[in-house]
Amino acid sequence: MNTLPAIELCGVTKTFGSVIANKDVNLDVRHGEILAILGENGSGKTTLMNMISGIYYPDEGKIFIDGEEVVIKSPKDAFAHGIGMIHQHFKLVDLFTATENIILGIKDEKYNLKQAAESVKALCDRYGFELDPKKKIYEMAVSEKQTVEIIKVLYRGAEILILDEPTAVLTPQETRKLFDVLRKMRDDGKSIIIITHKLHEVLAISDRVAILRKGEHVATVDTATTSEAELTELMVGKKVSLNIDRTEPRDATPRLFVEGLNCLGHDGVKVLDNVSFTALGGEILGIAGIAGSGQRELLEAIAGLQHIESGTITYRSPEDGEDTDLRDKTPLEIRELGVRLSFVPEDRLGMGLVGDMDIVDNMMLRSYSYGKSFFLDRDPPKHLAEDIIAHLEVVTPSAATPVRRLSGGNVQKVLVGREISSAPTVLMAAYPVRGLDINSSYLIYNLLNAQKEKGVAVIFVGEDLDVLLELCDRILVIGSGRVTGIVDARTSTKEEIGLLMTKGGSDDGE
Amino acid sequence: MSFLANFIQRAMVQGIPLLFGSTGEILTEKSGNLNLGIPGIMYVGGISGVMGAFYYEQSLSSPEAMSGFLAILIPLLSALLGAGLVSLIYAFLTITLRANQNVTGLAITTFGVGFGNFFGGSLAKLAGSETASLSVVETSRYFKASIVGSDSGFFGQVFLSYGFLAYVAILIAVVVTVLLRRTRLGLHLRAVGENPATADAAGINVGAYKYGATVLGGAVAGLGGLYYVMDYMGGIWSNNGFGDRGWLAIALVIFALWNPSYGILGSFIFGGLYILPVIIPGLSRSMVEFFATFPYLVTIAVLVVTSMRKKRETQPPASLGLSYFREER
Repeated sequence: MNTLPAIELCGVTKTFGSVIANKDVNLDVRHGEILAILGENGSGKTTLMNMISGIYYPDEGKIFIDGEEVVIKSPKDAFAHGIGMIHQHFKLVDLFTATENIILGIKDEKYNLKQAAESVKALCDRYGFELDPKKKIYEMAVSEKQTVEIIKVLYRGAEILILDEPTAVLTPQETRKLFDVLRKMRDDGKSIIIITHKLHEVLAISDRVAILRKGEHVATVDTATTSEAELTELMVGKKVSLNIDRTEPRDATPRLFVEGLNCLGHDGVKVLDNVSFTALGGEILGIAGIAGSGQRELLEAIAGLQHIESGTITYRSPEDGEDTDLRDKTPLEIRELGVRLSFVPEDRLGMGLVGDMDIVDNMMLRSYSYGKSFFLDRDPPKHLAEDIIAHLEVVTPSAATPVRRLSGGNVQKVLVGREISSAPTVLMAAYPVRGLDINSSYLIYNLLNAQKEKGVAVIFVGEDLDVLLELCDRILVIGSGRVTGIVDARTSTKEEIGLLMTKGGSDDGE
Repeated sequence: MSFLANFIQRAMVQGIPLLFGSTGEILTEKSGNLNLGIPGIMYVGGISGVMGAFYYEQSLSSPEAMSGFLAILIPLLSALLGAGLVSLIYAFLTITLRANQNVTGLAITTFGVGFGNFFGGSLAKLAGSETASLSVVETSRYFKASIVGSDSGFFGQVFLSYGFLAYVAILIAVVVTVLLRRTRLGLHLRAVGENPATADAAGINVGAYKYGATVLGGAVAGLGGLYYVMDYMGGIWSNNGFGDRGWLAIALVIFALWNPSYGILGSFIFGGLYILPVIIPGLSRSMVEFFATFPYLVTIAVLVVTSMRKKRETQPPASLGLSYFREER
């Protein structure tokens, strides 16, 4: 067997603007090895892999394949060097068969579907995939689509396979099958890099684990000699003090009861599994979890935007203590009760604001149905917009500037400001500080704290564990749609939360 | 001449322009471009052919000096060129500049009809005609000439009595079907129309396929206009004579479920429905108008049935009408 590493990264650095995605990463993958890459959200795992597969080009550093320095400028170059990446989002034509998708774009062989189907079948048999080459993609389950993606890469002769969170979409049984296949490919001499957050999977499948934290390569350890505890510690690092002013909750009273909540996602997969908790007025409840563990669905279920399979959500009014079942309410009725959702998704403008409308008009999106005249009364929203601009230090030429032209942080301020202005009783904020600089982040923390002191039940979905630990009173940890623990933020540690976050699927066998 | 043979023959002749138009539009739509400019492009194809023929006829001293080869080649190339160029405008606007396809298509149709009427009128004036009509009858003879004798009974009348362009229409429909179904080129084109991002990731040049299919599709549709004026009308161009045939061609795309070989049968059915009010004796004026809606009613019925069955294979290409641009990160 070749003793040189199949692929070696030396001092690879990548920055996006002022953000350092990867800093001086040194990493190597051997022939016939499965290397797991472990790290929190935003630790630079995917960026690093994208540089190997030709989607990004490193600012600094060198990449060697079999000891030879290579330049990878495009996915095509990566293919030429035998590197294939299986992305989380499949790139397949639904209407085509597996075979048609696999040969799509290949130009240097005779067009013969029958023969191609036989080659696909041969590849499947060799590694133990189960796939009907003539089946159309739209008839396939998620795991079959993933198989097609993997074979697509193998068919093009890849020797180094990169899988970006391949188990996120699979059931435990399918995961086990995938792992068997990966082991067979490893024994065949292929190098496999697998990105994942799930610790037990890392321990089950990999030979070595490389840990990234905040863009830097922290360590590479042999899987056989490590433990979950050691990996968690390497992953989350030491606690950083942020000095966020946190007051003790004053007469916290139950505001929202969630009992046994179950929800299904788009493809019929369970995204929320028996979720129960109580949110108190006058307290900030943090929600921690790996991205896509069901945070979004949970908030949307409360706001009435997500269909609920079973379970109850009960709202207790702060004035008269009356209980209301939110399940049969429309989103508008839920809003009238004072439940507000400010959701900052990945693209910021995706939910809650209309990019082409100005700040005043965006304020009116919430109040257009008030007023008795046929014509819109633009004065109140205009005052509100000016208030928000002044108080939250929104940087904008005027209240009449389209929201789309504001910088990300300012868009977030407008969004959060609007929801707070309506005097909510429950305020849900998801990733409100994503992409914001330090000062703006603190501004938002203070806003949330001010709401808490007013007796509002604040639910804060965050990604930075340090922030969650210092801002929140209690933290609910969610893993694969399940509540894996509710901890006291004052006494808990990053390690404890980190372990809970990765626990979601731990009873999956393996 | 039996009534049936007569009916079949007339239905075929009515259907051929629609077949050209729908085959061209299917080719275009398979790349994800919804070209609603097809009625205008067919119209431009017609007038371009007439212009070519007109100048060729003018350049000759007498009709006897006419060469059959040139008499066919010049209008044919003129029609392909005219229709192709207008499609190129559409392609540039929608693919390169990513303009809205519906708006651009409708603008192209308006432009195409205006273009045709303008040159139709101008040429008519040049030819000294009082009305906006114009004749290139001499050239038309070559287009109308059937390959073998058409008067040899039922078979001859039903199958052999057409000008060569009718056979070309069927041939192109078959070739496009095979191209789409059985070749790598077709696979790539369908991938572009279904999911351009995936095609792009697989190394397929999405823009080139879209341009190719749109311009070629437009040129094929333009032949429909040429057939209409040279064969069906016998070389007489009159402004606005083309009627709603362009829209029928687009309706035929839906009727044919994006399959050009179904389009062959579909064009015959549409042609039959089109002439029904003329064939049935003693229809009142209002009934004639009612019968004229039949092709559209049939198309709506097909739409309802296919939408209800929800079979993926009979749906329009998934990214039809959407412009594609690579997401920059």
